[in-house]
Amino acid sequence: MRLSLSPEDQAFRDEMRTFFTTRVPQSIRDAVAAHRELTKEQFVEAQQVLNAAGLAVPHWPVEWGGRDWTPLQRHIWREEMQLAGVPEPLAFNASMIGPVIATFGSQEQKERFLPATANLDIWWCQGFSEPDAGSDLASLRTTAVRDGDDWVVNGQKTWTTLGQHADWIFCLVRTDPTADKRQRGISLLLFPMDSPGVTLRPIELLDGGFEVNEVFFEDVRVPAENLVGEENHGWDYAKFLLGNERVGIARIGSTKRMLVEAKEHARGITANGAPLSEDPYLRARIAEIENELLALELTALRVVANSAGGRPHPASSVLKLRGSELQQAATELLVDVAGPLSVASFAGEDSDVPDWAQVAAPNYLNYRKVSIYGGSNEVQRTIIAGSILGL
Amino acid sequence: MDFSYDDEQNGLREAVSALLGRAYADSEQRRRVVAGDPGFDEKTWSRLAEMGVLGLPFAESDGGMGAGPVEVSIVAEEIGRVLAPEPFVEAVVLAGGLVADLGTDAQRAEVLGALAEGSLVPAFAHAETGTRWEPTAAAVTATEDGGSWRLTGVKEPVPNGARADVLVVSAVAGGVTRLFLVQGDAEGLTRTGHRNHDGTRSAKVEFAGTPAQPLGEGTGDRSGAVEKALARARVAYGHEALGAMETALTTTAEYLKARKQFGVPLSKFQALTFRAADMYVSLELARSTVMWATLVVDADGDVVAAADRARLQTSRASRHIGKEAIQLHGGIGVTAEYKVGHYTSRLTAIDHLLGDGDWALARLAGSVDAHETVDPLA
Ligand SMILES: Cc1cc2nc3c(=O)[nH]c(=O)nc-3n(C[C@H](O)[C@H](O)[C@H](O)COP(=O)(O)OP(=O)(O)OC[C@H]3O[C@@H](n4cnc5c(N)ncnc54)[C@H](O)[C@@H]3O)c2cc1C
Repeated sequence: MRLSLSPEDQAFRDEMRTFFTTRVPQSIRDAVAAHRELTKEQFVEAQQVLNAAGLAVPHWPVEWGGRDWTPLQRHIWREEMQLAGVPEPLAFNASMIGPVIATFGSQEQKERFLPATANLDIWWCQGFSEPDAGSDLASLRTTAVRDGDDWVVNGQKTWTTLGQHADWIFCLVRTDPTADKRQRGISLLLFPMDSPGVTLRPIELLDGGFEVNEVFFEDVRVPAENLVGEENHGWDYAKFLLGNERVGIARIGSTKRMLVEAKEHARGITANGAPLSEDPYLRARIAEIENELLALELTALRVVANSAGGRPHPASSVLKLRGSELQQAATELLVDVAGPLSVASFAGEDSDVPDWAQVAAPNYLNYRKVSIYGGSNEVQRTIIAGSILGL
Repeated sequence: MDFSYDDEQNGLREAVSALLGRAYADSEQRRRVVAGDPGFDEKTWSRLAEMGVLGLPFAESDGGMGAGPVEVSIVAEEIGRVLAPEPFVEAVVLAGGLVADLGTDAQRAEVLGALAEGSLVPAFAHAETGTRWEPTAAAVTATEDGGSWRLTGVKEPVPNGARADVLVVSAVAGGVTRLFLVQGDAEGLTRTGHRNHDGTRSAKVEFAGTPAQPLGEGTGDRSGAVEKALARARVAYGHEALGAMETALTTTAEYLKARKQFGVPLSKFQALTFRAADMYVSLELARSTVMWATLVVDADGDVVAAADRARLQTSRASRHIGKEAIQLHGGIGVTAEYKVGHYTSRLTAIDHLLGDGDWALARLAGSVDAHETVDPLA
């Protein structure tokens, strides 16, 4: 057992910190820090800065841009990125479809997609969920029927995050409706979002933003070579992909940043004749979240150190579950620090209500999503109860 | 950062686990042992001594094994796993730790050598009614008369205070807190022992002009040393709690699979399995924090702050797991015949012995503005 970082890891951390705080444009990091919505161009620019330095997809195979880092180094990379307010490489590209193509795709697919995926020249979106297939993803109904050299896709996806920016979609489709189990007979198809027959309808969320969409498919023709891996084995690839999604979803660095913000803002507000930062109840609340976050970070370090053979440690469900709760606790804390100011959420630039207080409540509302997506917290409890406790 | 144990450490765990597993193979054995004084099994205590466990953290020159806090944590965890009532943390980490830190060569040789051999059980007489978890003393005063010291006042509750062969006592002298050694057979010493809710023993210890020997040289304030020793004991208790919480959880999970109601095992009810899953989350987060705090002790970092963090996390987890373990068992959970309630009782005792979660939180809350972020890798 050892407490501190080795000198190499310490140097690695310094290197990451320096890179993230000096090479990624300040305007982009400011926008992240202010919880403002980023434009597509900002996402692309940030990822391309990272990719040029070999920092966008370090967990991929080396021949496709990976870095062969230790799990600890990957953890440090992610934490430092979040602490510095650098937008993370688009998850759909970097953690989801990229590793799937690199592991299960054909050589042509690898060459065609991986470099463009790492550089965000292709923006991917995830077409898994459907109106009647949420937590129960295996009940999906979108079909793909073979017609000559093409698959013909019909159906509907929903909750498609940032689909409005997407160039391509990776999409789960039912290719064998007669399969004996619902999990069989599902395939993974890749196709451009501007294919004829694809229609996108934005969904407005609680905070007034439009980050998710419904996507409709009407006789969309997809060339047969765009099938990933084997026909009817899509469920395996989906599970692989969702496992990767859970690692890093704890977003500890970003929650830490929100706590720093809350402390800072609390110093500038007077409550009962003293700075709010001196309120014992508020301090206790911050201390409690800080401690939970410490426990989570240490758990993340234990988990990354023990994820053998690239397979996520079973306890990674703890990271998703508690990570989402702490993100939510931090956004709630920020609304509470903003107090009465938080009501003026759309006051705009002419108002004296500071920006951070204006975005606090919409953010808090937006963050209700984190315990729903990526396998809801109830689904994580099912995993812990089933696969860890044997219940 | 590395949380894995080496081969020697794994060997220690296996040996201790085998010994205690035999001594407390079922909860009846523990009930029998805690039914009579001194509340633990002297034979098991001797076997732990033979194994070298009671001298683990002490220097070899003092008769110890020269091991560190990681080894201590392994033993504490195994103690907790079977609720062994032997006072390992109390005698070795706390009382022994103070002697190791402050004692003169002669005192260390005398107390630690015998402790390691199993022939002497020391106890720390520090708690006083009317205060909570302070590193200072108030209710016992020490006075010097011609080079010899006498103590007057009351300490209560003193864990293992009646059984102890020697007491490490905190007392006020010249306005500061100092530490003294008092022999169990000293004149003017009255000890009234009783059973605690978790089966261990405590005592009211009264000093009436009782002769005492200052621990170590010098006349300075020892409250800093007491605070540090308490912090190390808090971390070790954290490991004892981890062992207990783990057994409470696995026992509960087994029970949910075995117990049938409405024609199906309880494990078919998701309302229950989810609660078990949350217990696991609490356990793992506490485990991470306590292991980290042990590494901070090992590295001689900010031990007091790390112990507060571990205490907060463990306190919250102990209460959560302890209460749910009973609830998910139903009626049998509150019986003395069945073991799970005893785990909750011990967890409750540990929580209150050296500082509970709210107490640790209040201390941590006082320092939130002193740092930007909490960085375990700093
Ligand atoms: C902001 C946002 C972005 C998203 N982005 C994408 C995306 O890009 N691509 C994509 O494919 N999907 C995306 N999703 C979809 C997301 O994965 C689903 O919302 C999620 O799987 C839950 O499904 P559902 O919303 O249909 O809820 P349901 O599955 O209907 O669940 C409703 C409630 O019941 C609980 N529940 C369901 N089943 C069980 C059970 N067996 N036991 C106990 N409780 C249960 C759930 O936890 C939840 O609380 C996104 C969702 C959100 C909110």
